[in-house]
This record gives sequence, structure tokens and C-alpha cells, in this order.
Amino acid sequence: MSFFKIDLVKLYRVLSILNKEIIGFFSSLAAYISMAVFLLVTGLFLWVFPDSSILDYGYAGLDSFFIVVPYLFMFLIPAITMRSLAEEQKDGTFELLATRPLSDWQIVLGKFLASLLIVILTLVPTLIYYISVYQLGITKGNIDTGAVIGSYLGLILLGGVFTSIGLFTSSLGKNQIIAFTLSVFLCFLSFSAFDSISTLIIFQNFENSISALGINQHYQSVSRGVLDSRDFIYFLSFAGLFLLFTKTVLGARKW
Amino acid sequence: MSIVVDKLSKTYGTQNAIDGISFQASPGSVVGFLGPNGAGKSTTMKILTCYIPQSAGTASVCGMDITTHSMEVRRNIGYLPEHNPLYLEMYVREALTFVGSVYNHGNPQKRINEVIELCGLGDEQNKKISTLSKGYRQRLGLAQAIFSDPAVLILDEPTSGLDPNQVIGIRNLITELGKTKTVILSTHIMQEVEAVCEQVIIINKGKIVADDKLNNMKLTHQSKSLEDIFIKLTSSTVH
Repeated sequence: MSFFKIDLVKLYRVLSILNKEIIGFFSSLAAYISMAVFLLVTGLFLWVFPDSSILDYGYAGLDSFFIVVPYLFMFLIPAITMRSLAEEQKDGTFELLATRPLSDWQIVLGKFLASLLIVILTLVPTLIYYISVYQLGITKGNIDTGAVIGSYLGLILLGGVFTSIGLFTSSLGKNQIIAFTLSVFLCFLSFSAFDSISTLIIFQNFENSISALGINQHYQSVSRGVLDSRDFIYFLSFAGLFLLFTKTVLGARKW
Repeated sequence: MSIVVDKLSKTYGTQNAIDGISFQASPGSVVGFLGPNGAGKSTTMKILTCYIPQSAGTASVCGMDITTHSMEVRRNIGYLPEHNPLYLEMYVREALTFVGSVYNHGNPQKRINEVIELCGLGDEQNKKISTLSKGYRQRLGLAQAIFSDPAVLILDEPTSGLDPNQVIGIRNLITELGKTKTVILSTHIMQEVEAVCEQVIIINKGKIVADDKLNNMKLTHQSKSLEDIFIKLTSSTVH
């Protein structure tokens, strides 16, 4: 029983970091701008641009939305995470945080969950797209709801991986621009580079195993509505790995 | 003894930031920690507050070792780092609420009102931190440090950059706190030490060159002012 109690206190500390991060995020204009731009661009892709618009395509589906969002996440999520540790290190507030009765893991987890929560909050307004397509179909409700749920789940898992990458690059130094740039690059690399490399002629015998290293293949698989435990393990271990890197970098002051 | 430091060393690369220092501080006293820039004052404070680990030696706070009982030590220390870092985008009460939640304080609102009263932040309590003057920011830094009512306070240059009235205010607060707590305070202002500290530790090039009661120190060095003693003991660094 007392063991359980101690764990609750630890959880409470993680939540206090989470709460502080959310306050910090929403008190900056950058937060609202990046969220607004994200929604604007997805709206344009889904309803206006003829190459990807549902109205031109003619099928009651959100496929083009779920294809474009990972690429927008490559910019949105680094923009969200770039300040979280870099700013604390620049302003010296990290010293204050690290000398409170908080472990490095609590700090990292609190910040990770806060950023992920913001990513999920950004996705919430896009449910309007689902409702619109649901209502507008010639046969009302003629949309593959299972695939939509799977795709949103895929986006949240993908968001978790990108967030952990963003947090890691933010822990590397005091410069937010460097954190952002590195994080965009690493997100892109982990999402689609393995697919591209696997098509090289020298890898023709290993094509499947190489593309299985990249996020895209697992994202596609979850998006189809197939909830395979292998994909979950992939996403969770990927995010966990980068959180471990982040914690290690923060602990480096102790070397 | 609430702080015991024993042969503590810190090496950065090949450079010794502090080199085998030992000192003690008892409850209910204000200790002045003096030394030229780069002498190792901030490094010592960072080690005592568990921000960075020592290279050698041991230290304990309230009888708990800083390495093996890091979390308990942190709970018993209030720390005001150099340059007083604050979350500028937060409001005063918001920042104090965050500190309260980190310490899992039972009745945070009551304690927030107490520290606001203690540190004279009443008129500023609903303002954004970025709009506060330097003096009020310093008071907020101090309010955050004393929030959990710690037995030990470590203050790194708490009055630097303040105007004379603000300096008096902070000094009075430190004297008041020093009646029940152990306060370690680093500063470059000798009058400040003479005004608030009973014990003085002078550190130079990572080594302690003097550690005594203020009165005894003046007797042993046959000097009227602390400034003369300080210059005599540390001037070899100035070329």
C-alpha cells in the first residue's frame, strides 16, 4: 500500500511539470500560430487544393488528410518541442528545476507528456473533417470509420515518436533554432528515409526488412485499421529510446 | 551541524574548480561565502544543491549525504541560483503554485499567501514575472527558495544589481530567516557580510583561506575592516 502511495507522489510530480509546460506553451503566441497554420494547411489540402481535395476526388474518405499530416507533423512537432528544454537551459531555469526534489526521468516524462498532449489537442479540431465527410456522403455515414480511428491512433503514435525526437534535440543545447532544424531532419529521416533506401538496387533482397525500420511502414499498417502488437511495440520502443537519449543528455552535466 | 563539507573537490577537465575544501555550518546562523570571481563559490553551491556531483570528498546536509540521499537533501534546501532564473512568461502566483506542486505541499494557497507576505510581494502578486522590476524578481526568487520552509538556504549573490533600498529589504529578510535556518550566502559586498553574517568563509583559487567568526577574524588579522582581510588573503590572484 505504501509503495502505491509513493508512486502516486511521483506521478503527481510528473503532472506538475506537465501543467507548467502547458501554461508556458499557451502563454506564447508561437503556440497559437503553429496550431492555426497546421489546421489551415490541412483544411486547404482536404477541401481546396484540387490534387488532394475530397470534393474533386469524389470519394468519402480522409485518405489525403492522413497522407499529408505526417509531413506537417515534421514541422509542427519540432516547433512545439524546440523550446521545452533548450529554453530552460538558456534561461538557467533548468538549474532551478534540477535542484528541486525531481528526478531527471520525472522532468523528461512531464515534458514529453505535455508536448504530446498539445499535439493531440491540435488534432482535436480536425474531427470536424470526419463529421463533415460523414454527413456529406451521398449515402450518409458512408465512411470507413474503422480506418479513421486506426489512422488517428497512428497519428498519435507517430506524434509520440516525433515528440520524443524533438525533446531529444531540444536537450542538446541552448539554441532553439538548432533544436528545430535537427529535429525536422531526424523526423524526416526516421519517417521516410528507410523506404527510399530500401529501393536501392543493392538492397533488393532486404527491401522489406529495411523499410520495416522506418516509421512510414508501421504508420501505414496502423492506418489501415489493423492493430498489430508489433507496430505498437515499434512505436513505443522508438519513443522510449529517444526519451532515454534525452535523459542521458540531461544527466551529462553529472559527468 | 546542518551542513558538513569534508575535503570536497571538483575538477573540470584538468582544472580544479574547488580543491579539497572542508567547512561546517550550524543551524540559526548566516554564513558569508566570499571569494574573487572564479574562486569556486558557485561550484560549491551547485554541488551542495545536488545540481552537479563532486569529483571527490563528501558533503552532508541535515545529516544526509548529498550523493546517497539526493532527494531528501533537495527537500531540505532552498536554493537561489546566481542571476535568479525565473519563468518570465508565468504570473507570480502561477510560479509559486508550480513550486508548491513540486513539493506536494498540503495547503499551497495558504503557503503562497504566507511567502508573498514574507517577501513583500503583495502589490505584485497578480503580475506577470516579465513585468517585475529586478528587486521584485529577486524577492520572488527568494519566495520560491523558502517556499518549502527548508532548514538550509543557499543564496548565490542574492542582492547583486539591486538598489540600496531593495538591498536593505533583502538583508532584513535574510537576517530574519537566519534566526531559525542555516543560510549560506555568497556576495562581493563586504558591508553586506558585516551586516548579516556571523561566520565568514573566504575561498580563493578553490581553497579555503579563512573560516572563522567575523569578530575572531578581525582579531586574528588585526584589521578593522573585512575588506582589508579579503584583499590580503586573495590579492595574489590579481596580477
